[in-house]
Amino acid sequence: MPSQAGFTIRGCIQAAECTGEGTEVDLDKNMKILIVDDFSTMRRIIKNLLRDLGFTNTAEADDGTTALPMLQSGSFDFLVTDWNMPGMTGIELLRAVRADERLKQLPVLMVTAEAKRDQIIEAAQAGVNGYVVKPFTAQVLKEKIEKIFERVNG
Amino acid sequence: MEHDDSQVGDFESTLKSNAHQLLESLERGNFGDAVQVINELNKVRDRGLYHEVGKLTRELHSAIVNFQLDPRLPHATEVSQITDATERLNYVVTMTEDAANRTMDLVEQSAPLVNDIRTEAQSLSADWGRFMRREMGAEDFRELAKRVELFLVNSERDSGKLSGHLNDILLAQDYQDLTGQVIKRVTQLVTEVESNLLKLMLMATQVDRYAGIEHDQEALRAEKQQEKNPSQGEGPQIHADKLDDVAASQDDVDDLLSSLGF
Repeated sequence: MPSQAGFTIRGCIQAAECTGEGTEVDLDKNMKILIVDDFSTMRRIIKNLLRDLGFTNTAEADDGTTALPMLQSGSFDFLVTDWNMPGMTGIELLRAVRADERLKQLPVLMVTAEAKRDQIIEAAQAGVNGYVVKPFTAQVLKEKIEKIFERVNG
Repeated sequence: MEHDDSQVGDFESTLKSNAHQLLESLERGNFGDAVQVINELNKVRDRGLYHEVGKLTRELHSAIVNFQLDPRLPHATEVSQITDATERLNYVVTMTEDAANRTMDLVEQSAPLVNDIRTEAQSLSADWGRFMRREMGAEDFRELAKRVELFLVNSERDSGKLSGHLNDILLAQDYQDLTGQVIKRVTQLVTEVESNLLKLMLMATQVDRYAGIEHDQEALRAEKQQEKNPSQGEGPQIHADKLDDVAASQDDVDDLLSSLGF
């Protein structure tokens, strides 16, 4: 699969290239995004891709246990989380978010290597807003984020 | 294993023939003879059992020596092969992480250079157009000429830097060769351990036959299945395209989600 990003950053590097094509969705580029993944390299890839899409207001956490208090006190607008992490997993974090009165409306995108149908269904039932399987491309990430906010705003 | 089969075969034929004798003795009311037969049977069974347990123990011992599992053994080098394999895999994790970070550092350093070149080229292009359409005065042109000169100098310098970064990105991929070698060696060890475990298991089966122990395979499998909790995550699927219960691509995931009303 030569078009997959995997561990190298492909596609657009700069914002002008990424946003200059296709239908534009009007997204708040200042929204505060929390990136949760136990691998620092993957957090860095996602952070870079988000920056290329124009989102620079990001924070990072390495698992659900550290992410949840950040979410509860940090007025985040969007959560991007991995599934398989030590401590608290992404699916547990998603359930905790949906169970929290103040956080339950938070849009959540899962970016994970977990690809079993049962798991995708489980995430959907737990209330995930989007699901991206690794390895992924910059384009897929962009599409899913746009789709999520099209629904949230629409 | 042929030898073991014939041993167990011996035991079974002895058991069969003695069973008749035992029954006959009992029918004739000859209890002394019956007890004698039972003793004889026990002796044959015990001999076989001790023999098999002995072999199993020897094999276990040689497996421990082979894999240098016990650091107290005289043959053991500083670390056991399993500990060594663990360290090797940790080395792979570190190397791949370093390479990924090195590559991303260079990409992050390159991006602004490319961006600057593009922005300035766009701006110069617009002014050049004005000049070609004779919309530019002499003063503006002198300004433009200075900017073009600066752009040429900067472009040369920055493209030099970029080509250096590209070279370094290329070199950062050398981890593939080194980690590949390490992983191949660990894979070899795992295969070796597996075949030895299988051998031990087959030997243990002989012991079970003499001892009359049966394992509930169904229950064991069910127990294993229960331990596999998909909520905990399984990591990347290696044969995603061959497995029915796995989404092979992002399109598969999207189809599944849209079938669920997403």
